Amino acid sequence: MPGSFAENAELVAEGLACRRGERLVFAGLECRLPAGGALILRGSNGIGKSSLLRLFATLLAPAAGRLLWGGVPVLRDAARYRALIHYVGHLDATKPALSPREMLGFWAALRGGAAPEIEPALAAFALGAVADRPCRWLSAGQRRRLALARLVAAPAPIWLLDEPNAALDGDGAARLQTLIAQHRAAGGRVAIATHQPIALGDAAVIVLEDFAASADAALAAWQ
Amino acid sequence: MTPLLGLFWCDLRLSLRQGGDIGLVLGFFVLAVLMFPFGVGPEPELLGRIAAGIIWVAALLASVMSLDRLFATDYADGGLDLIALSSSPLELVVLAKGAAHWVTTGLPLTLISPVLAIFVDLDPSAIPVLTFGLLIGTPALSLLGAIAGALTLGARRPGILVSLLVLPLYLPVLIFGTGAVEASLAAEGARAHLLLLGAVTLAALPLAPLAAAAALRQALD
Repeated sequence: MPGSFAENAELVAEGLACRRGERLVFAGLECRLPAGGALILRGSNGIGKSSLLRLFATLLAPAAGRLLWGGVPVLRDAARYRALIHYVGHLDATKPALSPREMLGFWAALRGGAAPEIEPALAAFALGAVADRPCRWLSAGQRRRLALARLVAAPAPIWLLDEPNAALDGDGAARLQTLIAQHRAAGGRVAIATHQPIALGDAAVIVLEDFAASADAALAAWQ
Repeated sequence: MTPLLGLFWCDLRLSLRQGGDIGLVLGFFVLAVLMFPFGVGPEPELLGRIAAGIIWVAALLASVMSLDRLFATDYADGGLDLIALSSSPLELVVLAKGAAHWVTTGLPLTLISPVLAIFVDLDPSAIPVLTFGLLIGTPALSLLGAIAGALTLGARRPGILVSLLVLPLYLPVLIFGTGAVEASLAAEGARAHLLLLGAVTLAALPLAPLAAAAALRQALD
């Protein structure tokens, strides 16, 4: 069915531009994320990787261009598009007073929909031993694992991960990599902003460059 | 569980657990009220005349003190992103969080107010009017407070800014709330004041979530 919100559709960015305050972070960005696809965003600090992921998550509005899902602009039915995405930002959104089990239940409840798979989610990141302790006793790595466990607790076809490897140990990173492979094999898609090496097979890589500098250079050349 | 129920329970659980948020608000309320007999002297006539004002002002301040936990922690820990991506519109999110805030501040303040009224020598015949006024007026405090809480996200000293923004908005609630008690003391009937107080809450019910949700969208961008 063309032009629908089907789960196996393709996410396409057309000429996306992002402005933060007065600064144009990037412009004219084109990319596509088909079913089973992966996108790795690279580039130096402050270049706009997180902003691009937030654009994908509809948390930021693009200054120009648009985002299409199955040929339909996602903002036409933002609620349905948002139900398709998991956004794991660089903040963990954990409450110090609640336990990992309660946090996963709360996050899943926020999404609505089917009953969450909390036990598999805890198991996927080996959090069983700390599942009922308050989050204030978790280490940074454990909180990261907990945030990533959201991906398992409630299924969604698009994963947007901002520096998912930060604070993760080797075991955690390996678990994440396995999870992403399974997700893609099942037709899911993932966009990751990271500085660390991550093996995702045939992932497309977008290297964001300093847009302002290149624009200035182009302008200088033109003059 | 639906998203809104989830938000409500999460906020309730947090304020019950986090070192007794409810206890802090109640403690502040009680202490603030008990300061007045020491400050203005213990003459029953004088105290009794200003009792309603004392209790209402203390309730406003106690409510303001706890506004920072409405959205500020979610904003700081990234939870607001997830809330914005939830399947519920932000207006209803504000309503759910406002309800949780009221259950953990306005409601306990209302329940304890009859006891405090005795401490400040309010005429016992006026206590039901005071308590009923608080019951229908404090939801407006949480709702209007949500606007200020959302507007000050990202500010450097949100606590003080919140008070500056929200206290003027609380004026109608204060005027009609104390007015009801005054009228009942003067045996004029408190009905008109209570109706106006209820009207403030009813007006805030749809309008405050609209304003607060707009402010939240601004903060997320």
